[in-house]
Amino acid sequence: MDLSVKRESLETMRVFDLAKMPLRDLNSALHAIAPGTNDTNFEVVNPRGSHAVAVGIDQPVTVEVRGSVGYYCAGMNDGGSVTVHGSAGPGVAENMMSGTVVIEGDASQYAGATGRGGLLVIKGNAASRCGISMKGIDIVVQGNIGHMSAFMGQSGHLVVLGNAGDALGDSLYEAKLFVRGEVKSLGADCIQKELRPEHIEKLAELLDKAGITDVKPQEFKRYGSARTLYNFNIDNADAY
Amino acid sequence: MSYHNPYTPPRKSATFDDYTLAEIRRAAATGIYDIRGAGTKRKVPHFDDLLFLGASISRYPLEGYREKCDTSVVLGARHAKKPIVLKTPITIAGMSFGALSGNAKEALGRGATIAGTSTTTGDGGMTDEERGHSQTLVYQYLPSRYGMNPKDLRRADAIEIVVGQGAKPGGGGMLLGQKISDRVANMRNLPKGIDQRSACRHPDWTGPDDLEIKIMELREITDWEKPIYVKVGGARPYYDTALAVKAGADVVVLDGMQGGTAATQDVFIENVGMPILACIRPAVQALQDLGMHRKVQLIVSGGIRSGADVAKALALGADAVAIGTAALVAIGDNDPHWEAEYQKLGTTAGAYDDWHEGKDPAGITTQDPELSKRLDPVAAGRRLANYLKVMTLEAQTIARACGKNHLHNLEPEDLVALTLEASAMAQVPLAGTSWIPGKGGF
Repeated sequence: MDLSVKRESLETMRVFDLAKMPLRDLNSALHAIAPGTNDTNFEVVNPRGSHAVAVGIDQPVTVEVRGSVGYYCAGMNDGGSVTVHGSAGPGVAENMMSGTVVIEGDASQYAGATGRGGLLVIKGNAASRCGISMKGIDIVVQGNIGHMSAFMGQSGHLVVLGNAGDALGDSLYEAKLFVRGEVKSLGADCIQKELRPEHIEKLAELLDKAGITDVKPQEFKRYGSARTLYNFNIDNADAY
Repeated sequence: MSYHNPYTPPRKSATFDDYTLAEIRRAAATGIYDIRGAGTKRKVPHFDDLLFLGASISRYPLEGYREKCDTSVVLGARHAKKPIVLKTPITIAGMSFGALSGNAKEALGRGATIAGTSTTTGDGGMTDEERGHSQTLVYQYLPSRYGMNPKDLRRADAIEIVVGQGAKPGGGGMLLGQKISDRVANMRNLPKGIDQRSACRHPDWTGPDDLEIKIMELREITDWEKPIYVKVGGARPYYDTALAVKAGADVVVLDGMQGGTAATQDVFIENVGMPILACIRPAVQALQDLGMHRKVQLIVSGGIRSGADVAKALALGADAVAIGTAALVAIGDNDPHWEAEYQKLGTTAGAYDDWHEGKDPAGITTQDPELSKRLDPVAAGRRLANYLKVMTLEAQTIARACGKNHLHNLEPEDLVALTLEASAMAQVPLAGTSWIPGKGGF
């Protein structure tokens, strides 16, 4: 792509070429943003699968990543808006606090792991353990998700437009799961639940936030915790 | 002629002793394995099985109270812009708010700060009180990620990635519902009153290659300021230490099976992992093989009770130690003052280990507001500071007797072993011989 054109069209955008400068320069610049500044638009070119791209953001910055990234892109994001115009390696947006992370391609395993807030949108597929131990994050996957997704999910919403792999929602706490396609199998203590009006409302809100207009909330099935494993009981030992 | 069978006293089995029999009956009655706190209670080879030689004609001692014996330690200078500098090499191990009361955590912070050392968070996150009362606070990065957030990561002085602990290498934890108060539940993003599982492995990395990337991510988030520790249980100390170093750790924390836990199955505590005595030399060997001894610091824990234990751990090559159980005892855990109440709980002072039940008469391993009030954090902090000072003085006393002007100058050559087991594990000669099992020297 012609970056000179890009720079002209977005005068305030700062471009970090990871083929020419170290990752440290990018992340330290993101951390040095003063609250209230206008200098909040960043572009990252030639990420070439780098790990820890745009991690620890704590201001409402916008980061456009032109290419695919490695592990932990946008890790612990708190308020930033990060778009990866490519695919993401393991642990994208892990432990996100707030903000938005969009992956135009696919995401590897542990996407959104332990996230506490914000919205993660994956336009392709997500591999295994998507939303593992999620603690309040909302995740929308437009394709399929792999096995053991939302394992021990505590709170937040996982919305899957495609299919889910084995053992969805194993040992689930209070995270709410919505799957439009097939679920290969449910994990321990995860059951299908009624899709009530408040869930349809929430789904509509999440689909809207993710920019999805051609899918209706009513097309989803809801899954949640049966809550039978919440307090230890020896008679449940076979469930594990 | 009649034969009279002479009296023989009843003989109990050594294999099926009274405790074992009671455990079988308890399991049969309840259908549940025993869960308890603390570390192993079985007798294992330990620092008691080592002795210092002291000075003699070939080694001259330093004058007590006059000649300096430095106790300071710098942790994390390998990669961190802001390494930790401690006045004493005795640190406070990770213990959670949740497992411990807020007052207990405050007391640990106060005591450590007076003594010039660090304290450590635990599973469940960092509280404002703990941060406020701890001059140097190590923030644990645990598999559960309860309470984990970038703001606390940045206000910590160091980050400790917990892979395992000595009481349960390979095990997670369970904070039972009765200890889940509103505040604990809120910090952990879970409903009140339900059991909270602490995962046994991290959700977003597996293996040493991933760990290297995870460490890099944490360094990037914190702008390479904070030392990053990696804590492992005493399972494969040579390889775990080597892999932690390879992954980029500034500090390796190694916890033996005597190290305490808030709550784990007794069968796990007593049968998985190794005593700290068996762990130190392989870990030091790994550091030496990589040319990283004293560059990556080694903190060891699990059954450290006195300045003698500290001196022995350091002589075997550790840079610092951590105490958990001993620190709790110093602030009042298992104190005979509460004997009448321990009796009501079916136990006795010194044996109380049902820390997970939240009924601690001393107000330490509880979230009960009334019980918690029994612990005065200021007075308890003072007791801990006193204890830390005594241990430091004891270690200095021994080091001076060995002619060392810094605790780190203690070395294996200063030690002998009383038993074959300790000799083999610590790799120092059996007392009175030049023999180290497995090393020759007959």
